Amino acid sequence: MSINVNGSSIDLPSDTRVSLLDLLRDHLDMVGTKKGCNQGACGACTVLVDGERILSCLALAVQYEGRSVTTIEGLSTEGMLHPIQRAFIEHDGFQCGYCTPGQICSAVGMLGEVKRGLPSNVTGDLAGGSITLTRDELCERMSGNLCRCGAYNGIVDAITEFAETIK
Amino acid sequence: MSIKDAAQAVMKKAVQAAPDGWMPGGTPDPLIRQKHGLIGKPVSRLDGPQKVSGTARFAAEFPMENMVYAALKYSTVAKGRIKELDSAAAEAAPGVVLVMTYRNAPRMKPAPLFMSSDKAAGGDDLPIMQDEEIHWNGQPISLVLAEAQEQADYAKSLIRVTYETEPSVTVFEDAKANAEQGVFQGQPLLLEIGDAEASLAAAPHKVDVVYRTPRHSHNAIELHAATVGWDGDNLRVHDASQGVAHGAWSLAQVFGLEEAQVHVTSPYVGGGFGSKALWQHQILAAAASKVAGRPVRIMLSREGVYRIVGGRTLTEQRVAIGAQADGSFDALIQTGMVAMGRHNNMPEPFILPAMSAYKSGSFKLAVEAAKMDMLANTFMRAPGEAVGTFALESAVDELAESLGMDPIELRIRNEPEKDPTSGVPFSSRHIVEAYKAGAERFGWAARKAKPGTHREGEWLLGMGCATATYPYYRMPGGAARITLTKDGRATVEIAAHEMGMGTATTQTMVTADRLGLGMECVTVNYGDSHFPGVVLAGGSQQTASIGASVIAAHRELITELLKLAGKDSPLAGLDADEVTGRDGYLCKADELGRRESYVSMMARIGRDEITAEATAPPPLEFTHWSMHSHGAMFCEVRVNAVTGETRVTRFLGYFDCGRILNPKTAASQFRGGIIMGLGLALMEETQFDERNGRVMNPSLAEYHVPVQMDVPEIDVIWTDIPDAHAPMGAHGVGEIGITGVGAAVANAIFNATGKRVRDLPITLDKMM
Repeated sequence: MSINVNGSSIDLPSDTRVSLLDLLRDHLDMVGTKKGCNQGACGACTVLVDGERILSCLALAVQYEGRSVTTIEGLSTEGMLHPIQRAFIEHDGFQCGYCTPGQICSAVGMLGEVKRGLPSNVTGDLAGGSITLTRDELCERMSGNLCRCGAYNGIVDAITEFAETIK
Repeated sequence: MSIKDAAQAVMKKAVQAAPDGWMPGGTPDPLIRQKHGLIGKPVSRLDGPQKVSGTARFAAEFPMENMVYAALKYSTVAKGRIKELDSAAAEAAPGVVLVMTYRNAPRMKPAPLFMSSDKAAGGDDLPIMQDEEIHWNGQPISLVLAEAQEQADYAKSLIRVTYETEPSVTVFEDAKANAEQGVFQGQPLLLEIGDAEASLAAAPHKVDVVYRTPRHSHNAIELHAATVGWDGDNLRVHDASQGVAHGAWSLAQVFGLEEAQVHVTSPYVGGGFGSKALWQHQILAAAASKVAGRPVRIMLSREGVYRIVGGRTLTEQRVAIGAQADGSFDALIQTGMVAMGRHNNMPEPFILPAMSAYKSGSFKLAVEAAKMDMLANTFMRAPGEAVGTFALESAVDELAESLGMDPIELRIRNEPEKDPTSGVPFSSRHIVEAYKAGAERFGWAARKAKPGTHREGEWLLGMGCATATYPYYRMPGGAARITLTKDGRATVEIAAHEMGMGTATTQTMVTADRLGLGMECVTVNYGDSHFPGVVLAGGSQQTASIGASVIAAHRELITELLKLAGKDSPLAGLDADEVTGRDGYLCKADELGRRESYVSMMARIGRDEITAEATAPPPLEFTHWSMHSHGAMFCEVRVNAVTGETRVTRFLGYFDCGRILNPKTAASQFRGGIIMGLGLALMEETQFDERNGRVMNPSLAEYHVPVQMDVPEIDVIWTDIPDAHAPMGAHGVGEIGITGVGAAVANAIFNATGKRVRDLPITLDKMM
C-alpha cells in the first residue's frame, strides 16, 4: 500500500490510526504542513489531494492509498518559489508563518474550485455555472484558514494578485 | 511602605527630576536624523521564503535521535487530591516507554513566577507533578511517553484516576468577598488624586456605569510545543518562546542546574501574544526525558493549551466621569475587580490607560483581584490596556452623548499638556493630530450624531471612535554582540525573538543603517539563550531593547575599530561620537569626505574579525518622561435590525508610535492587533464553568476568533513623528493595535442602533 507525496511513492503506515498529517510530519519529517488544532477547525494542515484541498488532520493516511498528495514543499519546483508563494511575501500575507503553508495550499485549491464553478455561501446565482472571484467570494472561501496574527488583508491581496496572473 | 518601596519612590523622584542629558535618550539616537537609509522603507520579510515554502522549523519540528512522543492527562476537578491513580494498563500498552505521575517524577523546584525576578518565566509557581494535590481543573496529572504519538494518546486514555475533592472557589461572585489589592510590577494598582467621589457627586454632568470583559485565550495557531533532550547534565530545548534567556534560567532553577547548562533556542515562534512562556509542558517533557533517558517531543493538543496555558482574565470595571458643561473632566474614576489564580500574580491592570489619557480635576483608579481556584491567568496582548480602553473609551463616548458633544471634540477638550498623574512631560504625544487627520481620512463628518438614524434596508449603520494607548517600555538586561569581519560584513547576536513581528528584518535594516552597510552585509541572529541579553518579546519593548543594546555594542565596536586602526587611518584622532557609517565607510560625521572603508580598516588592523559586546543602559527614560504610543481608532459597522448581527465594514487606525521602521511589517502588526480587537469586541470568550472551574470551549471550533470573512480592509496610517528619547525614535507596535478597538466597535454599534452594550463580546443575543 502506498501513497504519492509530491511525486514520490511512500509506503503507508501499518498503524491505521495515523492521520495524513502525522504521516507527513512524524513519519516523513515533512513539517511544512502544520498542526494547529488536529480537529479540522483551523486549516493549518491543508494539503492538496489530486488537486483538491483537504484537511490532512481529519484524514487517515490509509484512506488515501494510491492518491497524489501535494504539500507546501511540493508547490515550489527546483528551489523556485511558486508565484503564489512570492505573492504572499510581497503582500506580507503572514506574520509568524505558521498558518501560511495551509493558507497557500488552500488558496491553490480554492482557485481550482472557482474555476470549476463550485458555488460558495455568498454566491448569488447557484446555477450560474461561472464564478467571479469578488472580495466576498475570496474571503468566504478562505474563511476555513485561521490566521491569529491577522494577516487577512495581505492574504487577500496576495491571492487576488496571483488569481489575476492565471486568468 | 517598606524600606525597598521607599527607596524605589526616592529613586523615581530622582530620575524624574534629573537633567534630560543624564537619561538614556537624553541625546537623541543619531539614526533619527538620518533620512537616506533603509529605515522607513517597506522591506519584505527576510524569512519570508522559509515561511512560505514550509522550510522554517518550529519547536516541534526538530528531530532528535531516538526521540519519543508525549501525551498529557489533565485533572477534571478544580481542587482536591488524587485518591487512586491506576496506570498499569497504560504502562502495558504497545509502544509505551514511560508513564510519569507524581509517584515517579524527579524532584523539581517550582518554576520562578514570571516577573518575580528579571529572568523568571513561569506561568505559576506551583509544584509540578510532585504530589497528589490538585490546584486547578486541567492540571497535568500524568505524562505518557511512547514510540509514536498515537500510542501515547491511546495509552493516556487507559489511565484511571479518582479524586477526593475539596471545597473550591470557582464562582466569581464568591471570590469577590475576599478580594485583595492588585499589585503590578511591584506597585499597587491604586491611585488617588483629590477627592474623585466628591467631585463626581458635585459635577453637573456625569456617567457612572459598569463594564464587563470575559476571559480570553491567545490562540496562537502554533500549538505549544517543545523538543527536549539531555546530554549528561546539559538540557537542550527547542522551544516556542517569547523569552529564551528567561526560559533557560528558569529551567535551570527547576532542575538545579547552572544557567549555561540549559540551552533554549526558538528561531521561529508560531504566534505568541503573551502565551509562549514557560508552562508545565516544557518542564514535564524535560523531566520525563530525564527519567526515560530519551529525547522527548511534546506538542499540546488544542484542548491541552486551554487546560495548562493561561489566558487573559475577566474584568468588571466601574467607570465614572464627572464633567463640566464644556466637557472638561472634574473626576475620572475607574475601579473594579478581576479574577486571578491563587498561584500567580497578574491582576489585569485595566487602569493603566486612565493614568495618562486625560486631564482631570481628580482621579480614583484601582484594581482588586479576586482569587479563584483556576488555571493561572496571564499576560495577553496589551494586558490591561486591551480591556481597560474598552471601558474607559466607551464611558467617554457615553459622556459625549449625554453632553451632546462630538466624542472627538470631548477627547481633545481633555487633552493633557503633561502626564496628568505623574506630572512629568510627555516624550512625544500627537494624538490630537492623529484624531484630526484620521477624522478627515475616515469621513467622520458624515457620521449622524443621533443614534439609530442611518438605515439601509435591514441594516443600521454607525460610526464610532476610541483612543488607542500603550506605554513605551524597555526592560533591564538588554545586551548585544556585534562582529565585524574583514570582508566588511557584520553579524549581530542577541537573545531576542521573531514571532511574526518582523523583528529579524527590521533590526537588520536598523543595524545596516547604523553601520552604513547594505542589508545584504548584515545578519541578525536571535532566538538563542546562549546569545547576550535578557530581551523579552513582550510589553512591546523588544524593538527598544534591541535598539538600545545594539547602540551600546555598536559604540564599543567603533571605539575599538578606531583605536586599532591607529594614527595612519584618515579617521585618526576621532572618537565614536564623531563618526558615522555610510556606504561601507566610516566617515567623519560633519566631513563625509574624510573616511575609510571597513574593509580597509580591517586590513590595516590585520584581523579577521572584531567583536564587541555591551549592555544597554538602565531603562530610566520612561520614568523621566511619560512615554506612550497612541492611536485614533475609527470604526464603521452595519447592524442587522432583524438578526442583531454586526458586520464591521470599515476600520481606520491612525497611529502615533514614533518613527515607523519598516512600514510593511509595522502595518501588519497594526492590522493584526486591530483584528484581535475585533475578536475581543464581537466574539471572543473563554467560557469558564463556574460549577467546576473547567474551560467549556477548549477548541477553535467553539472559541471564535475572527476569520477572513469577518475582517474588512483595514486602513492604517501613522504620524511617523520620531520620539527623540527612544532608540531610533521608534516605539514597539505589537500591542497598540488591539487597544481602543473594543470601544470603537461598541461606540459604532451604539451610533448605529442606540443600544449600548457594556458586556463583551457584543454577540447577537445582546443586540436583540
